[in-house]
Amino acid sequence: MIRISNVQKAFGSVIVLKGIDLTVEKGELVCLIGASGSGKSTLLQCINGLEPIQGGEILVDGISVHDPKTDINKLRSKLGIVFQQYNAFPHLTALENVALAPRVVTKRSRAVARALAQKHLEHVGLGDKGDSLPSQLSGGQQQRLAIARALAMEPSYMLFDEVTSALDPELVGEVLETMRLLKSEGMTMVVVTHDINFARESADRVAFLCQGEVCEIGTAEEVIDNPRKEQTQKFLRRENRKPLEIVRSSVA
Amino acid sequence: MQFQFANQGLAWSDAYFLAQGLLNTVRLAAAATLVGTLAGIVLGWLRTVSMTVRIATAPFIDILRSVPMIIQLILANSLLSILGFGTSPFWFGTVALGAWMSAVTAEVVRASLLSVPVQYRKSARSLGMNGYQELLYISMPLAFRTGLAPWIGLVLSLIKDSALAGVVGYIEYMRSTQILITRTHETWLLLMGAGLFYFLICYPVSRYSRHLERKVRV
Repeated sequence: MIRISNVQKAFGSVIVLKGIDLTVEKGELVCLIGASGSGKSTLLQCINGLEPIQGGEILVDGISVHDPKTDINKLRSKLGIVFQQYNAFPHLTALENVALAPRVVTKRSRAVARALAQKHLEHVGLGDKGDSLPSQLSGGQQQRLAIARALAMEPSYMLFDEVTSALDPELVGEVLETMRLLKSEGMTMVVVTHDINFARESADRVAFLCQGEVCEIGTAEEVIDNPRKEQTQKFLRRENRKPLEIVRSSVA
Repeated sequence: MQFQFANQGLAWSDAYFLAQGLLNTVRLAAAATLVGTLAGIVLGWLRTVSMTVRIATAPFIDILRSVPMIIQLILANSLLSILGFGTSPFWFGTVALGAWMSAVTAEVVRASLLSVPVQYRKSARSLGMNGYQELLYISMPLAFRTGLAPWIGLVLSLIKDSALAGVVGYIEYMRSTQILITRTHETWLLLMGAGLFYFLICYPVSRYSRHLERKVRV
């Protein structure tokens, strides 16, 4: 279980998170939605300690992420994260990308790490791409590679940070498919997304973040289809409009 | 009785003298490259991680990079003699050239490490790697690709600068050439020969670097 209580975060004088409370239960898929700059990605990177916080506490399976006494590297292997930019290590083949962390972090033998990597590449449908360099893969394949790399540490939680935002539209489907597969296998997931349709169909709960606070939280039906707060309604109206209409209305 | 210079013209035995000079040049350049590069890697890395080190080492880097090599050699020679290190000219040359090499390599290493995109480092850390593992498996291999070409430029520069080590009494290739020129006055031939052999030392280095660059390109 991930328990986020009263988390505050600032970059210099800019306050990004103003006391966030959120609990993610085992096996749950929680989507974080909200406008750019609402703090969704920052919150996600606070959960695995990539970003320090100025107040509050984040507990992962009862262990405090930002406690200096916590072995953060050990804790991070429980929390897989996939970023918007695929970040596959460009000097390693797909198989080496996935095998690296099991070999150096969990000290598995080379053969075991490679077998594990192959298993996870197959899991995301890249079983035949083990020898390819990231530069030889499409954006969607690189993103699935990043998912396989995170899964190879056998995490209990997966965090997704706008993983489809940098992809060409025709490549979005294969990545979402992989995420649905993980969901069906019971993985606990926190997904930051702009894809309202994905949130509606896959999320157990949706949290709408607005100006560093959780503005509204509930099932997709509650938050997306029947939002009660005015900010949520405004955000969803904007998201639902076609980009062309936004251009037209701003020109007019 | 008629006075006569002994062996005024070039003789075959001079080839042996030159070969020794050439070997000395290679030895000095290799030693200074090794010492300077190892020190430069450590120094360059420290300069990326610690503000204190960066400020503390800035004068070292700036002075070594800006003062002509010949002055550094003479000063190093005098300083080491005053301090009582009565070592060989080879070590004087190695220390002076190695110090210069460490300063310029440190800057190449620092710039290369800083050029590694932060998202790769973040990804590595998010997989549970600690800072050293990230440095070893991600930052250093990627920085190596960026730094290789400029570093080879420094090695070539060092090989040529080693010709100045004659001023501290080290008989390297240039010095041995000058000695023969003084005796024989075969200036053209000997300098052409010296130029050719410097080229023969440097060219394989730059060829090999190009080959290596192609091999590790991402």
